[in-house]
Amino acid sequence: MEITKEIILKHNLTMDEYEKIKKILSREPNITELGMFSVLWSEHCSYKSSKPLLKELPTAGVHILQGPGENAGVIDIGDGLAIVMKVESHNHPSAIEPYQGAATGVGGIIRDIITMGARPIALLNSLRFGSFDNTRTKYLLNGVVGGIAGYGNCVGVPTVGGEIYFDDCYNDNPLVNVMCVGILETKHLVKAIAEGVGNPVIYAGSTTGRDGLGGAAFASKELSDKSHEDRPAVQVGDPFLEKLLIEACLEISSKDYLIGMQDMGAAGLTSSSSEMASRGNCGMTIDLSLVPQRDNNLTPYEMMLSESQERMLIVVKAGSEKNAINIFHKWNLNATVIGKIDSNSFLTVKHKDNIVAKVPTKALTDDAPVYKRPSEKPNYINNIHNIPVDITHTNENYNDVLLRLISSPTIASKRPIYEQYDFMVGTNTLIAPGEGDAALIRIRNTNKAIAISIDCNSRYCYIDPYIGSQIAVAEATRNVVCVGAIPLAITDGLNFGNPENKEIFWQIEQSIKGIKEACEKLNTPVVSGNVSLYNDTNSIPIHPTPIIGVIGLVGDINHITTLSFKNKDDVIFLLGDSLEEIGASEYLKTQHHIIAGQCPKIDLKLEKEIQDTCLSLISRGLIESAHDVSEGGLAVTLSESCIKGNIGASIIIGETGLSNIAQLFGESQSRIVISVAPHNLYEAITYLEYKEIPYQQIGMVTSDNYLKIDKLINISIDNLKKAWESLKL
Amino acid sequence: MKYAVVTFPGSNCDWDTYYAVKDVMKEEVDMLWHGDNELGKYDCIILPGGFSYGDYLRAGAIAKFSPLMKEIINYANAGGLIIGICNGFQILLETNLLPGAMLQNKNVHFICKQVYVKLNNSNTPFTNAINKNDVLNIPIAHMDGNYYCDIKTYKELEENGQILFKYSDSNGNISDNANPNGSLANIAGICNAKKNVFGLMPHPERAVEKILGSEDGKKIFLSIRNHILQSKN
Amino acid sequence: MFKAKVYITLKDSILDPQGTAVKKALESLEYKNIDELRIGKMVYIKINETDRQKAEAQLKNMCEKLLYNSVIENYTYELEG
Repeated sequence: MEITKEIILKHNLTMDEYEKIKKILSREPNITELGMFSVLWSEHCSYKSSKPLLKELPTAGVHILQGPGENAGVIDIGDGLAIVMKVESHNHPSAIEPYQGAATGVGGIIRDIITMGARPIALLNSLRFGSFDNTRTKYLLNGVVGGIAGYGNCVGVPTVGGEIYFDDCYNDNPLVNVMCVGILETKHLVKAIAEGVGNPVIYAGSTTGRDGLGGAAFASKELSDKSHEDRPAVQVGDPFLEKLLIEACLEISSKDYLIGMQDMGAAGLTSSSSEMASRGNCGMTIDLSLVPQRDNNLTPYEMMLSESQERMLIVVKAGSEKNAINIFHKWNLNATVIGKIDSNSFLTVKHKDNIVAKVPTKALTDDAPVYKRPSEKPNYINNIHNIPVDITHTNENYNDVLLRLISSPTIASKRPIYEQYDFMVGTNTLIAPGEGDAALIRIRNTNKAIAISIDCNSRYCYIDPYIGSQIAVAEATRNVVCVGAIPLAITDGLNFGNPENKEIFWQIEQSIKGIKEACEKLNTPVVSGNVSLYNDTNSIPIHPTPIIGVIGLVGDINHITTLSFKNKDDVIFLLGDSLEEIGASEYLKTQHHIIAGQCPKIDLKLEKEIQDTCLSLISRGLIESAHDVSEGGLAVTLSESCIKGNIGASIIIGETGLSNIAQLFGESQSRIVISVAPHNLYEAITYLEYKEIPYQQIGMVTSDNYLKIDKLINISIDNLKKAWESLKL
Repeated sequence: MKYAVVTFPGSNCDWDTYYAVKDVMKEEVDMLWHGDNELGKYDCIILPGGFSYGDYLRAGAIAKFSPLMKEIINYANAGGLIIGICNGFQILLETNLLPGAMLQNKNVHFICKQVYVKLNNSNTPFTNAINKNDVLNIPIAHMDGNYYCDIKTYKELEENGQILFKYSDSNGNISDNANPNGSLANIAGICNAKKNVFGLMPHPERAVEKILGSEDGKKIFLSIRNHILQSKN
Repeated sequence: MFKAKVYITLKDSILDPQGTAVKKALESLEYKNIDELRIGKMVYIKINETDRQKAEAQLKNMCEKLLYNSVIENYTYELEG
């Protein structure tokens, strides 16, 4: 087949990239080789726009066993155990086919975890949809939730937390980011490496079909109205097969004869073979005629680019193939030797006796182009700081405002959604969805637990990507602190528009700078992550959405904290500083339909001090509840603690110099609402004084079932609960 | 006494059940593979929850043909105790060891939450440690828990005291509101006429530790222990 | 070679919540004249058999043994070849 300019562009390669390929091969590529380059050099696989920026992130630390570079990050938690984590996006497929797009997103991230030899123990998801009233939003929301539930429940990994935001900028670009956390014994950590000349390469799992042909290239193109014709690029998942794959892979991961393992994700056979060989600095030959196929007419091109789900590539010591294959056969999975490791540095693809592709492995991976894109501060940022509303002179009934905020889709209880997820399977879920600021999973046979949270306020990032991204890291770490865990590491899911647009690239640059700053100050290295670009439909970009997943370690499960107020007479404190800040708030959006103002300030030094103080109070057993202040401000935080505790609170803040709106609904950062039982009061106050952090005693838990805040709010918990639980799917 | 938990391809709650029985209830327990042809000697066999065969075609439909099921059916017919939890209940229905069938939840969604079930008959090997009309707090997690049987079967279940648990509110009221999935007469768990085979949709293995929310599930395992010890004397 | 199509439906007396939900969805798309909507399954099987009687008997057997649940479902089939 002749390679024409049209074919090159259809493969989403530039002419310059094509010239580079010719130079590397010293000849023209054939169509199969062109396909292989097009997927591995796509944005999704090569990170060509973001690599130079990502290099700046802090990735090392005393607990970090594996940073970015493998399929997931690994963190030592002592007792010979380690936690594996990663977040992945599946945005474009979910826009076209929400159920399967989300389901295969779950499948893919789980495989990134098991490929390291870890058993998946928790799933979380961070979702973005357009305006809630939009019919298309309801269709996408129900499809995505259905897919996450259908796949996650069937594989038996509990979905324990997440967040969902609704904003117009996501109307045609939903975001589906899925995070998976796994656990392994450190001695059984598996790497995705191919080594040892002559060692066999085994294909295991589902058969190869035409699914998702060109899926990785598809994820890099902008979605246009024509994209709906791209349906064949959507993969279909089989969670039952994945469950069998989990068990088989975990069985093999403890065997001495295992050299390396990688899942076939984006760009399937091409990415797994080239990446494993590249890491091992060796070559690999595979024979496509040996690959189990769904129907027998697949061309080499189709086989190399297929994104059929639930497949793994495994390298074992020569002589042990039969043992390895038997493990997969026991679980009724296909497994067969399809190749071997070579002493050269090529990926040689054969079909029976014919060589159908031969490419230096590093050409596909390390030699992928890297672009330093131009960046320019967007115009809109200069105009957005002005808030066209005088909040000091509004005639609002604050009770009504609170009810409106608490029933808004972004803040309201997501129970109709998380009740579709099995969050209990595994019988280790200590804090269920809605009960605390983070999920908490017990580690059996230890006294430890892992706290997990996933967060991002993309509105802040729109107004100021640098500050907003720092806040995302601060909020995520603050959330695990509130349940009593020390934040250890983060995984980042960076979702942006078209990086070839100077203003969008500026957003990406600023965001990564912010993440770096926060991770350094808060001591949480980035161990893994994902970048999803080109999230613009018809060139309308999403808000910068750098989603931060974090894990924390609870050393003693006797000290875990939920967010509900517990008992009458418990004293309520607000840790942190409240400022005259209403910019970028949920209040402005819900009540006045505007996104404007300055992003709330973040003082990372203060944030760390407050987090440390809260952790100490928890570990000393002095706290009954902890809940961080976020969207909707203090009034919403207090409401949630009352509703979950089915109990009232009487709050007297008094004169602080703040406007009422800022006091009640401002979203100043680094604030945590805690409650302390009377018998612990003296010790708690003594400790707070000693730590010299800003705090204020603001009130008490009451049994009269009302939330009262100064003379501003006086509302029954029943009414609050009704409003909070009003979300209808 | 000795328990066995059977793992089918796709079973998810097999190890949860193992830990509940071994670590919490401190009973001996073996894990069995569905593909085995022989069944050892056990006092009680548990078919655990999960998605055996992905729930493909119908939940539990394919599992009934597993080699070990042949022996399990013989064991049941000879009077051996079996408890089927969630997917295990579905397998018992498909095998006809219990009468009726499961339909999809009325709201066509998977539901995971803590519910209350009221004891209807304490005169069985599985419920003798529970007082009649007691309410237990146990979680459910299923898509197809909407129990159905025809009128004739229902009358038999009622007359023979085969309905063991019904969904209720925390006060024991059997109401529509308390029924999470539309099941006939709020039925959550039943047994066969001989009272040796028990199926229930809620997960007792998820309710044996306070730290996980409820310890009420223990009472079912305690009942089984009572029965086995008594019958050995 | 025989090609069989088996149609499996819930018995009439049984509530079909999926069908109800889909009917409501169509009605909200302004199709107001839908009297009834029930959802079933269609199983497509290619049976490698030369004798029609044998193929039919096998098909019925497969339905009875696995493909349908007689407590809650009915089935019909078409056989061509």
